[in-house]
Amino acid sequence: MAQKTYAGVTVEVNEEGYFTDPSQWTPEIAKEIAAEEGVELTDKHFEMLEYLRNKFNSGDALSIRGINKSGIVDVKTFYGMFPGAPLKKSTKIAGIPKPSSCV
Amino acid sequence: MSEKNDYPVKKVSIICAKGALEDVYAALVMGNGAVMEGIETNLFFTFFGLEAIMTKYQDHLHTGTVGNPAMRLPGGARLPTMLGGLPGMESMVSKMMRKGMDELDIPGVSEFLELIDAGGGKIYACKLAIDMFKVKKEDLNEYVSDIITIGEFYEKAGGEGSHIIFT
Repeated sequence: MAQKTYAGVTVEVNEEGYFTDPSQWTPEIAKEIAAEEGVELTDKHFEMLEYLRNKFNSGDALSIRGINKSGIVDVKTFYGMFPGAPLKKSTKIAGIPKPSSCV
Repeated sequence: MSEKNDYPVKKVSIICAKGALEDVYAALVMGNGAVMEGIETNLFFTFFGLEAIMTKYQDHLHTGTVGNPAMRLPGGARLPTMLGGLPGMESMVSKMMRKGMDELDIPGVSEFLELIDAGGGKIYACKLAIDMFKVKKEDLNEYVSDIITIGEFYEKAGGEGSHIIFT
């Protein structure tokens, strides 16, 4: 277990940098994690982060297919918004655990 | 942890040469998984694997119910080969499998190709197989980016941290 300080707040993260307590997350914190990941957050990003957090809070599994059906962005845009490993990166910025889904 | 990251997989080139549901999905899940991890991905469909990229057939793939000792009925009993050969059995089992996968939010074949393409993965058809089976370019899914030879496949598969997978 490790701690990191974002936007003046100390948060609990695991060894990969994912939040262990999603309730510690704030939009300001998200901006700083995003900067670490090389992503600049737009309104669309925040809409997506909110979608991911809602999904997590209601206990639904995250999948790339779910993103496509979210109605927020299509998958192509999603890949462009969080380049590299989009689902891993976006969940890290959203302050929720790394998704365990294979699809 | 550090050991794992010393030689990361940077590129995968996956060959799918069979057209049974499970063979195609092995290739698609691995391909899509690689795309999701930010790994450069090539998918190469050849021989019976071509079914997976033919618009007419791709979303109706079957799994063989004959000669598969791991084929079990709901409840766990083995499906005897003799019964697997009954008319309609393969169709019914395949339909059940596709339904089960859909419930797990596993995309259908054409949808999977769309997702892979959206993430920057490349989908290719084998020229030799296309000629052999007399498949026309217009029979292929829109996300197939090219029909290539095996030589061209190897050219695309090269580079440090590259792997070739045959499903």
